Amino acid sequence: MPNVVEITDLQVEYGAGSGGRTPKKALRGLNLSVGAGEVFGFLGPNGAGKTTTMNVLLGFVQPSGGSARLFGVDVREPIARQRIGYLPELAYYYKFLSAEELLRFYAGVFGIPRAERDRRIDSLLKLVELDHARDRPIKTYSKGMQQRVGLAQALINDPDLLILDEPTSGLDPLGRMKVREIIQQLKAEGKTVFFSSHELGEVETVCDRVAIIHEGLLKVEGRIHDLVAKYHCDLERIFLTLIGYEPQRAQ
Amino acid sequence: MNTVLSLAGVVIKELYRRKDFYVLFVLTALITLLLGSVNLFNDPKIVRYLKDVCLLLVWISSLVIAIGTAARQIPAELESRTIFPLLAKPVTRGQLIAGKFLGCWLACGIALVIFYLFFAVISGVRETRWPVFNYAQALWLHWVMLGIVIAGVLLGSVVFSAPSANATICFVMVAGILLLGGHLNSVAVRQPEPIRTITYLVYFLIPHLEWFDLRDLVIYDQDLVAWWALGLATLYAMSYVGVLVVGGWLVFCRKTLTT
Repeated sequence: MPNVVEITDLQVEYGAGSGGRTPKKALRGLNLSVGAGEVFGFLGPNGAGKTTTMNVLLGFVQPSGGSARLFGVDVREPIARQRIGYLPELAYYYKFLSAEELLRFYAGVFGIPRAERDRRIDSLLKLVELDHARDRPIKTYSKGMQQRVGLAQALINDPDLLILDEPTSGLDPLGRMKVREIIQQLKAEGKTVFFSSHELGEVETVCDRVAIIHEGLLKVEGRIHDLVAKYHCDLERIFLTLIGYEPQRAQ
Repeated sequence: MNTVLSLAGVVIKELYRRKDFYVLFVLTALITLLLGSVNLFNDPKIVRYLKDVCLLLVWISSLVIAIGTAARQIPAELESRTIFPLLAKPVTRGQLIAGKFLGCWLACGIALVIFYLFFAVISGVRETRWPVFNYAQALWLHWVMLGIVIAGVLLGSVVFSAPSANATICFVMVAGILLLGGHLNSVAVRQPEPIRTITYLVYFLIPHLEWFDLRDLVIYDQDLVAWWALGLATLYAMSYVGVLVVGGWLVFCRKTLTT
């Protein structure tokens, strides 16, 4: 069975070919694979290349070298996105629509039949606890509610792979807990989850495997307990060591 | 096709949830009703002036709605970043452009039907005659003309980053074509070379939006336009729509999107 996500020697350069500027290498030959049913944490400091990697997987950015495949299909093919759900870091939705209308719209994009669409919208709104606010315009929602409607839209096609970009960013502790519960529920259902986060505690709680990247290069990849055993310290210390942070020198 | 129709549905919902259309319709109705309530110069044919003013307002309003709606579609998607969850689904950029075009065009069609119904009622009450086919022809060609405008504005919206700049440029171009486009060949004759050739080139390249303007025929109760001519005008418009939409798609495909 092929990996759900397969990234081979991925390179991305920004600003290449424009006005004699030196191109910025965002990814320098990244290799990564995520198997079916895994919850995979994708870690790195700001500017490490996490978002660029996600942008390539989602087809927003064309790689300058290497390849990225989802379910064995090149990410440049729109069909590669048929079985994925994506939750951006911040909620970006049509604010003049209600949650139900938004989900109906995305279900239409996937061509989900009407009866199935209604059933799925009902169950998703219940899952993210927005059933009571389904008819209200999204512009009246709190940030936590907007994030939850985002999670619902990411699940509308019953995806096999979820790509979550800092899903708990800006949420209160209750909101974070709810998102974590949903991720764990998805894991129990056998879904593959690929998510980036700066919350290392959260990553330790929900992830099976993690990868740490820095300056466009993969620093380490593996199961959390294997890494902890190998480096004899917690995930946060491993992270800081691999990105070259030295506490004494900083002091 | 599901994707294109779903995208179009959102554009239509956006139009009727914004205030633009209602403001323009109320303004048009108020001005027309105000003019209709007075009897200037005791002229028995005053209804022609009323029809003239009402149709002019309908044309201006429709252009404002079409240009305003089309100009903000792609830039608003980029600015509010709603484009990312959308393109993360199996939606191609071509489908996005096609959906936006169809949505704007259908939304303008709905607005036009309401405007023309109002016009028909007002002129019908004053004239006690109902030239339905004349109105239908005027409405059809008006709508087809808006298709060219919307396609052009969508192309502009992927070229220019600011929607206001795009809307202004498009409005000036459309007004220029409507007012001067038909006279460019006469101007060209009087020019020395190479200005003559350039002017002729412009004359043959621009979409002649003024050909779709049947206001005079409606105001002066002329005969119907031949149906074959209507068909040819529609084909002419659709060819421009095709070129402009494909152009918009090609430019949009070259855009790098980063979250």
